[in-house]
Amino acid sequence: MKALVAVKRVVDYNVKVRAKADGSDIELNNVKMAINPFCEIAVEEAVRLKEAGTVSEIVVVSVGEKACQEQIRTALALGADRGIHVEVEGRPEPLEIAKLLKGVVAKEEPQLVILGKQSIDGDNNQTGQMLGALTGMPQGTFASEITVDGDKLIVIREVDGGLQTLSLSLPAIVTTDLRLNEPRYASLPNIMKAKKKPLDVMSPDDLGVNITSHITQLSVAPPPERSAGVKVADVAELVDKLKNEAKVIS
Amino acid sequence: MKTLVIAEHDNVSLKPATLNAVAAAQVFGGDLDILVAGAQCGDAANIAAVIPGVGKVLCADNAVYGHQLAENVALLIADVAAAYDNVIAPATTNGKNTMPRVAALLDVAQISDIISIESADTFTRPIYAGNVIATVQSSDAKKIITVRTTAYDGAPAEGGSASVEAVDAVHDAGVSTFVSEEVAVSDRPELTAASVVISGGRGMQNGDNFKLLEGIADKLGAAIGASRAAVDAGFVPNDYQVGQTGKIVAPDLYIAVGISGAIQHLAGMKDSKVIVAINKDEDAPIFQVADYGLVADLFEALPELEAAI
Repeated sequence: MKALVAVKRVVDYNVKVRAKADGSDIELNNVKMAINPFCEIAVEEAVRLKEAGTVSEIVVVSVGEKACQEQIRTALALGADRGIHVEVEGRPEPLEIAKLLKGVVAKEEPQLVILGKQSIDGDNNQTGQMLGALTGMPQGTFASEITVDGDKLIVIREVDGGLQTLSLSLPAIVTTDLRLNEPRYASLPNIMKAKKKPLDVMSPDDLGVNITSHITQLSVAPPPERSAGVKVADVAELVDKLKNEAKVIS
Repeated sequence: MKTLVIAEHDNVSLKPATLNAVAAAQVFGGDLDILVAGAQCGDAANIAAVIPGVGKVLCADNAVYGHQLAENVALLIADVAAAYDNVIAPATTNGKNTMPRVAALLDVAQISDIISIESADTFTRPIYAGNVIATVQSSDAKKIITVRTTAYDGAPAEGGSASVEAVDAVHDAGVSTFVSEEVAVSDRPELTAASVVISGGRGMQNGDNFKLLEGIADKLGAAIGASRAAVDAGFVPNDYQVGQTGKIVAPDLYIAVGISGAIQHLAGMKDSKVIVAINKDEDAPIFQVADYGLVADLFEALPELEAAI
């Protein structure tokens, strides 16, 4: 079966992002960019399914400005077969990304679509579910294990109370949680090979989507500062402070 | 203005998160109704009906909604939402699973994980693991919202007497079925609702050592949490994880034990009222947010702490 994996270019997870002093936006100058960690897990899962013989072809897609071709190349180096870049300026909202992905799904007809459960920039946690609604496909969100069983996909999901197992009809959508796998590193030969793999560029027009905006970011601000407190010398002092100063235990 | 709150429940009782979402919904003013979708969920609907300020409880009681399958429940909510200006769910794994599907069915955006309602169309929400708070304005006529439960104290649970109306619509997408679930049974309070949380990190070294936290948790009536590192290492199950992509907690007292304090963990607990950190590395970032820091070997400090409280 064919797998479609969506990846997003985001600020590297090690970077501590700050609001600009005037509150107009995030400070993104000279910030290291990378593939969203959950998307990396999505690529890895597709590659493992291909290695197991379940998946025959992996198509990786990214929606964004031209620079996100770097992240598509990263995914190709990790083992995806070909790439699709849907070129969009600015920061498209999850609903618009889902509409574009629906267009790609219509062209590619994958049996399995794997996305990260959220991107670590907007922290929205929406795109996979929205793609499910738009295509009518079932969804296994926050997946920690997936198994293809005939024409069904068995998904173990991380939910508030523990783990839930669902059986989904294929084609289906999966969004990855942290424990689904541990992504590999791309080897140098594979990084070189990835440069020669096919990468198509499409526009929203090609996919019949007219990008609109529903949400305007008015301003950004740092969260309330939390000042460091005091160091206590020992457990006795700690308990004393908690009882008599903070009054949180009795 | 009419607002619909999506109840978080287990068919027989309401989860506390519902009351946090009700508190957020009350900020809008106007009419407030609650939707309880489930199977044999009449008890949960009756409990929702005594929340003060609720106009009516819509009860969609059908096997197809039994395990909150997103494909079915989203079709139901999108159907019921026609009569409302705002639809609000708590940002639990259920809310996160279902509500974006609802939004897409209605061709509107979802505003995720809000922490304040500034006006009928303007909200604040944390982005970038809570390092930035964004103020966002929605241009959609209908607002689909998930609310961070720690941002709102729960509304009162009793004192009202709303009517319960049955919703007969049966939406079965027929593409997903529930197989099983492994739900941890615990006498301790729920992590997201506990007034005291004690969490362990990589420094705990193994799952057995979490027993050192249990005695303290029992004495304080605390829930037990963990950092991602401890969950990834298999010390404790996934539902213990506190952080950007795990559970968000804001108890009166948060005790971080053997947790270094990566920004992804801080994102899940830094709104706690009092933070205690116990770590043998005095340079651990956790101390930068802790009200009380104890530089000590946790294997010595924890038994002492248990004995002292």
